[in-house]
Formats: sequence, structure tokens, C-alpha cells
Amino acid sequence: MAVLDIQGVTKKFSTTTAVDDFTLTVADGELVCLLGPSGSGKSTLLRMIGGFETATSGLITIDGEDVTRVPPERRPTGMVFQSHALWTHMNVFNNLAFGLKLRRLPKAEIKRKVEAVLDLVGLGGYGSRATTQLSGGQQQRVALARSLVLEPKILLLDEPFASLDQHLRERLREEVRDIQQRLKITTLFVTHGQDEALALADRIVVMRDGHTEQADRPDVVYREPATPFVAGFIGSMNLVDGTIANGVFTHTGFAVPLAAADGPATLAVRPEALDIVPAAGAGMAKIHRVTDYGTHAIVDVDLPDGVRLKAMVGEARNWSAGQAIDLKPRAFAAYRYNAAIFRSLDNG
Amino acid sequence: MARALIEKRMDWTGIGFAAVLTVVIIFPLLVVGTWAFTNVWRYPSVIPQEFGLKFWQQTLARADVWSSITTSLSLSVTVTLLSCVICLPAAYAFARMEFPARNLLFFSFLAGHAFPKFGLLVAIAGIFLQLNLIATFWGVVLIQLVGTLLFMIWIPVAAFQSVDRRMEEAARDVGAKPFRVFWSITLPQAGPTIAAAVLLSFVGTFYETEGAWLIGAPQIRTLPVLMISFINNQPVIQYGAVLSVILWVPSFAALLFARRIISSGSFARGFGG
Repeated sequence: MAVLDIQGVTKKFSTTTAVDDFTLTVADGELVCLLGPSGSGKSTLLRMIGGFETATSGLITIDGEDVTRVPPERRPTGMVFQSHALWTHMNVFNNLAFGLKLRRLPKAEIKRKVEAVLDLVGLGGYGSRATTQLSGGQQQRVALARSLVLEPKILLLDEPFASLDQHLRERLREEVRDIQQRLKITTLFVTHGQDEALALADRIVVMRDGHTEQADRPDVVYREPATPFVAGFIGSMNLVDGTIANGVFTHTGFAVPLAAADGPATLAVRPEALDIVPAAGAGMAKIHRVTDYGTHAIVDVDLPDGVRLKAMVGEARNWSAGQAIDLKPRAFAAYRYNAAIFRSLDNG
Repeated sequence: MARALIEKRMDWTGIGFAAVLTVVIIFPLLVVGTWAFTNVWRYPSVIPQEFGLKFWQQTLARADVWSSITTSLSLSVTVTLLSCVICLPAAYAFARMEFPARNLLFFSFLAGHAFPKFGLLVAIAGIFLQLNLIATFWGVVLIQLVGTLLFMIWIPVAAFQSVDRRMEEAARDVGAKPFRVFWSITLPQAGPTIAAAVLLSFVGTFYETEGAWLIGAPQIRTLPVLMISFINNQPVIQYGAVLSVILWVPSFAALLFARRIISSGSFARGFGG
């Protein structure tokens, strides 16, 4: 088992900087999710760890051993690609056995290892199948098994479930989490799906333009986003620009008392922390639409200047479009110049 | 309804083309085939007076026929193998690497086919004369090699380019060095299309006459060159006809081989279709 250490890694392509002075240490057995929009540099970073890109500067070490310039075939890393990248001219068994054969293991041991790993990913007895006969989820399991069978120190997953449907994605990520826990393998997982990151990770690193916006436990990233970008990227979040004066945040008719210095600010409220009540007077806002999701409902409300907010309510039938309402944020935060300046105590 | 009716109408233009092609291709083949098994066929009879294998025995008894068969086969095999060794790595480089003047070099392979071939051959023959390559086996190999360059580069380039790079990276990831990746992953993935190119180069070399004649004559005589000289110099038609029928064999074999190993889309994919 292994520790991955990334120190000040930068990757420049001809005109752009994909990864900018990035530093991260992944502890032994930890599962870290690199989360960010496309173009944030998360895949480039992963490919540098796997050896498919070379860092322009900086240091990557695995268990203290410098691998920054080591070619992929000599790195103790195993990569699972988004497109599964199985070798279609070999059957499942040979896909898994290829790396073991390169290591000149005896035939019997190769057979034993391949069968064991196939059982691990729930595909026992699939060895003689052609890879093209498998479903998308099965192909991705074989790709995972192909990496695991070599017992890498670091497992790298590059959006492995992006091409699968929602249902399968959820099931596979639970399986990956179970396998990762059982093998206690240090894992780096790249995704642009925040639900995937929240469900899987010990720690989430939110990336933007090649640098870290926030690196913390999923619950902290969700409840205490460090920047408006993280707030907006993880979960759904209402972000309202306004000003703070005399301890009150205001944005055309919408006023929230909060203790922070005067000046411009962005108010962040999650839909589930924004209560709505029937208007006492003229009302702060008007309901635009009510969407019923069964377990809960989302009410879209328009402020007088047209800014739209989302509020989560328990019962759709209590609300109707056009109704005047007042807004009561229960938990909220305020940001100024990319940093949090206020958080309400109740973060639920 | 209207659409279904239109689609059901007979495609007379297509049938017309098919009929013309059949007459143009099948009829001459039929005539040559008949001549090859004819002992006596005098004007004005529509069918030969006497069928038989007399001229097969006479043709196959000739030493120059056998030596030309050997020459043709060893020439085609040598050229195809050399072409593989030279062109496949080059094609891989064109497909996967960046180097100066890449596009210029890539299109230079068209040059051999973009100008009147005979003029080019005469110029080359002049150079070969200086190098003492005229009328030698390796001189003919060299000239045929030039002829195979175009499709032995262009088709494999397309084949290599269509191989998913992630597959190659995955192989590196499990511990394969670059050459092993090429051998175990890239080549098998591009295999069927490359087989098509190899087949084309074998058959193309086997049937080529202009270069083989201009560079090889008089010592090196391939089967097609011999056939042409039979047709030009012999008063007896059957010698040429028998050789022509013998010449069908490799192309039939190639066709059967092609049907077995090449899936229908490979040729089209090779040409970027």
C-alpha cells in the first residue's frame, strides 16, 4: 500500500497551462476524487500520475520514490480509462492475463490470479467471452479487473462510468467503493459528477483552471464550500449578488441580516435551506413554477428584478404559480472576492 | 405509399450497366478460356473443332515457362516482404508521430502514380543502367517496390490511425514497452486492413509488366511478360491463352483468401471510407 505525493506540479501545453502548481498528498488507502468541470485539468493531472503526460515542472512520488519522468510501463499505477480501452482482439481472460504474461508468471498462477480478480468484480466464468459480447457495465468491470490483477500501488480512474446510464453508474460506483475498501488501495478518481464524488470519496479536490479550489471531506465541501465556485459546482445552490450595509445583505427587496463588514457580497443559499412562506404583505418574490418530484418539490421563485431562486418544499400542493411569497433562508453563507466572509451557524 | 412504389421500380440503368460489364469482362474471359483448351479451331466455326490439353502439355514442357513462374513467385514474395518491413513502420510513424515535412513526404508517395508511368520508368532505367541493376532480379525488386509504396503506406496509415490510442496506453499501463504495444495491440487491431494492403501489393507485383519488362529484360522474365511475348511473337494463339489461364490462379487464390480474412468494411476503412 502506498502514499502518493504531488508537489508543485505544472503542465503547460503550447499556449495553455492545464495544471498550475498543483500540490496534493493522497494517504495510504485513501480514495480522493478530483472533481471539476471539463478543462479544469483533472484528467491531465491523472495522466501525469499514470505517466502518459510528463510534468513541465514539479515532483510526483509514490512511497517516496520519484516517478515524475518514469514511463508508464515502469510505474506502479493502474489506470481505468473512460472508454474502457479493452483489447477487442483478445477475450476477457487474455485481456487480464496480458500484464501478468509480461511479468513472466507461471501459467497456473496467471490462471489463478485472473479467476480470482474476475470473481472480485462479479464476472466469474466470463474468461472465454469476447469483450465485444459484454455490456457496457461488464466491459468497465473487466477494465477495472485488468488494472487490479497487477496489484498496483495506486489505482487511477478517469471518469470510468461517464458512458454508462445513471442506474448502472450508481451500482458500479458502490462496487468500486466496496472493492477499494476491501483491498485498501490508494485511489485517485476523476469525475465531473458531483454526486459521484460525494458518494465515493474520502476527500474531494475541487479543481478549476488547473488549481485547487478546495480539498476536504465531502460533507465539508458540501456544507462549507470555500468559494462561490465550489458552492455553485457542488449540489445546487442559489447565488445572489448584492451588498451588505449595516449588517444586512440586500438585493432588490430580498434582505437577510448577517454580521459582516459593509461592501459587495454574494449570498449562497441551498434550496433545501431556503424556506418560503405565504406573503405577509406584497411579498418578496413570486412563484414561477412548482415541480413535484414525489419525495419533495422544487419551487422556482422570481425576485422583482427577475433573478430566479430555487427552494425545496415537502409538499407541492401547498404552492401554486403566481403566488406571492416571502423568503426565509435558514442556513446561508456570504462570499466576497472569492472567499467566505460569513457562515450562518445552522449549516443544515 | 408513393415512396414504396418508387423503391420497387426496376433499376434499369443499374441492370444495363451490369449487363455491359458482364459482356465486357466475362466474354473475353470466356474466349481466352476456350482457346486454352482448344486443339483445333479454324474459321468460320463458332465452336472449336477439337478440344484438348495438347497445348497445356506443350506450354508446360517449356523451360522458360517454369523459370518465369518461379521468377514471378519469388519476385512477388520478396517485394511484398520487403515492402512490409519498410512500409509498416513508416506508416506507423506517419499515423502517430509528428516530424518535419510529414505531409510533404506523405503526399510524395503519390508522385509515382501521378505521372505517366512509362516516362518515369525510362528515366529510372537510365539510372539503373549506371548502377548495373538492369536485367537483374534486385533491379526488378526495386522497381516493383516503388510501385507498392502508395498503398502499403496510405492504407496502413489509415488503419493505424483508427486504432484507439487508449488501447495502446492501457497496454503501456500494464507494463508493455512501446515495441510490444505495437506488436501485441496496434498490429492485430489494424490487422485485417493491413492484410488487404499486403494482398494488393502481392497481386499488383505479380501482374505488373511495364517495369518488369523495361528493367528485367532480357534475363528476368516474369509470367505476364512471357505471356505478352508469346502473344506478340507466336503464330499459335493457344500458348498465350494457356499462360493467361495459369495467370488467373493467383488472383483467384487472392480473392478467396481475401474473402476469408477481410471483413467487408476493411477495404473501405483502409481507404478512409
